[in-house]
Amino acid sequence: MSAPRRVPRYVLVGVMVVIAALLPLGVSGYVLGLLTVAYYFGVFSMAWDLLFGFANEVNFGPTFLIGVGAYTAGILDNRYGLPIAVCVALGTLAAVAGGLVLALPALRVSGPYFGLTTLVAVLLLQSLVVVLAGLTGGEIGLTVPDVISISGNTNYWIALGFMLASGSVLYVLSRSAAGLILQASGQDRIQAGALGFNVVKHKLFAFVVSALFSGLAGALLVFYLGTASVGTLIDITVGVQIIIAAVLGGRRTIVGAAIGAIFLIGMTEALRSTGELATFIVSAITLLVVMLFPNGFMGMLSRSQR
Amino acid sequence: MSDVQQAVIEVRGLTKKFGGLVAVDRLDFSLRPAEILGLIGPNGSGKSTAMKLVMGIEHPTAGSVRLDGVETAGMPSHRIARMGVGLVFQHSRPLERQTVHENIMLGLLPDSLFKLRISKQIRERARDIAAQVGLTGVLDRRPSTLPFADLRRLELAKAIARNPRVILIDEPFAGLTMAEAAVFSDLFDGFRRDGKAVMLVDHNVKSVAALVDRVIALYLGEKIAEGTAAEVMADETVRRVYLGGSIETAARPESSFADRETPLLAVQDLSVFYAKAQALAKISLHVHAREFVSVVGINGAGKTTLFNAICGLLPYEGKILWEGTPLAAVSPARIVRKGVAQCTETRDLFGEMSVRENLDMGAQHQTKGAAADRLAWLFDLFPILKRRQRQQAATLSGGEQQMLAIARALMTNPRLLILDEPTLGLAPIVLEQLSKALETLRQTTQITVLLGEQNVTFALPHADRVYVLDHARISWEGGPDRFAREAESGYL
Repeated sequence: MSAPRRVPRYVLVGVMVVIAALLPLGVSGYVLGLLTVAYYFGVFSMAWDLLFGFANEVNFGPTFLIGVGAYTAGILDNRYGLPIAVCVALGTLAAVAGGLVLALPALRVSGPYFGLTTLVAVLLLQSLVVVLAGLTGGEIGLTVPDVISISGNTNYWIALGFMLASGSVLYVLSRSAAGLILQASGQDRIQAGALGFNVVKHKLFAFVVSALFSGLAGALLVFYLGTASVGTLIDITVGVQIIIAAVLGGRRTIVGAAIGAIFLIGMTEALRSTGELATFIVSAITLLVVMLFPNGFMGMLSRSQR
Repeated sequence: MSDVQQAVIEVRGLTKKFGGLVAVDRLDFSLRPAEILGLIGPNGSGKSTAMKLVMGIEHPTAGSVRLDGVETAGMPSHRIARMGVGLVFQHSRPLERQTVHENIMLGLLPDSLFKLRISKQIRERARDIAAQVGLTGVLDRRPSTLPFADLRRLELAKAIARNPRVILIDEPFAGLTMAEAAVFSDLFDGFRRDGKAVMLVDHNVKSVAALVDRVIALYLGEKIAEGTAAEVMADETVRRVYLGGSIETAARPESSFADRETPLLAVQDLSVFYAKAQALAKISLHVHAREFVSVVGINGAGKTTLFNAICGLLPYEGKILWEGTPLAAVSPARIVRKGVAQCTETRDLFGEMSVRENLDMGAQHQTKGAAADRLAWLFDLFPILKRRQRQQAATLSGGEQQMLAIARALMTNPRLLILDEPTLGLAPIVLEQLSKALETLRQTTQITVLLGEQNVTFALPHADRVYVLDHARISWEGGPDRFAREAESGYL
């Protein structure tokens, strides 16, 4: 084949990162704000892909982990006025603890029950937020007095940096020796066990890592938005968006999940003028991509390169 | 002598129950270094379960497994693996996105969460193992591009990566050609020379006879014989289990069937491939209307594949004709409506429905009156089902489930009834009941039966004609009376 010599992947990624970093010089504050949120969602999706793509566990409750992180951080700030860094750190910790409490029993029941357990966890958290309205702000939402920065550009760069750092860690982890064992555990837990690997340990670790990044991203997002509400952070539909983004971008790629999230938020925004139709169109595109290219955007990319 | 050498695996009173089913029953055996032990038994005999118990994939209900004197019963498999036991799985599921090299390295990695880099030693060691099993040429390929024998090599490579002292191998030669099997034999022999204890788990003695030092034969979870391959093959009990005792046959001559020109079912040069493994190689057979035809063969010979092809569930090469018309383009549902009912090996009952509901499912396309008549007739044939009408199907005993599966198939009023291994895992007393029911069918109805069996005793008495299926090929055909003389010796 006389295909043009393909550009090395790291060059491609490098160019994209530079463009993304320079965007504040050229685009409106509105678009920047949108992308800032999209980057946090990118981290949610990447953290989810580690579980689905590598550990082969469908976590229907990514928003449980996000919500615990976000609300813990938000409440600590709102009630006790702790510094943002402390709130974020404790929020992350809470998400990891919550993830452990959820995953320990759930990982023992294999098969669809893991997914169902995580789904129920979201509903529990959601009603807990509503019931404890005095603490959480209930259905109206929680307002935090502090924000990371009032500069849109700074917020944008923080989100971008955070996404790149999280993505790098998750990517390296997924390609590492431990990631190989995780994949083997996900594909065939009996054989992985017979090869000497403690499958539950590896899956639990993946869940903890996923919870760490979800919680951290959730906590940071609160201090960008200035508010936390069930509708934006915990609701099942938010979880569905995260899952769709990861699948759309390409399972088992980590990077694809972030691209999927940015695409999803960008498209919905671009189609805003079509009103109610926007969701329909985005869903239809998603359906088409998933049906025609089960490996998502990244799958399309690697196929065209071959 | 190896006799004085201390056993590395010592199994005593090993028992495994699944609900009411006793899969392994008070099994004793030992495995010594530098020896190859064959664990054989027909399907459902408990040999795979016994292997899984040693590996820790299943946990025993009672009994002990000692590895170098340390009790391992109840330990999780990853701990047993680290103590020096490896298992070569029959069905491989390698990591598809990784290369062969990376797949082998997987077996060498320490069970650590924080190990990010794969060391140079591990890369080198994986290369050595690949050379040992003959994978050097394909190190950088993806598993999906490998031929079947190389996938088996890959499984072998992963299992020996940790340098286990004990290697358990499930169906060592399944799906391999003669030449490939010879190469694998040499590999296993090499393990023995290295002082490893090797256990081959297989269906019959024949395939492992040349290689093994000792053989243990299992039937219905119990050990029925132990000794050299020749001793076990000559053992009375073993012969009875595989071949049955004296068999009375009552075949009707082929000339007595009306449709001699165009048989009800004709299979011509049928070939089926599962990805890379050939499951059927150009086989031909035919079944006349009202005839009882048995296809005998050990597990893995291709019986189920043949039946699934007839039912239109698999793509195939060659021809399958129903009353002279090809079935290739006919959908599975329409094949059923033409009058083909298959009773699968797994029975496929609706476990959460009652006996009666399962039977009613079979009567979907019939009028109420016809269905009621049929039901009454079936309750006559299998009286136990009448008493169990309201019981949940999953709670029936194995024998009752089999009867229900056959009854449900008969409920559709088929012209051809395909029975795939109805005797699987059933006690002798139940076999007799089934046998009687089959004889009643043969004497009193117009039905045609195609029976797939590894149990010759069960398959022969009712058969008008017999085909022997061996490694995807028909190796013998003839009347049941000639079977003992001509085909028996090749069957063990």
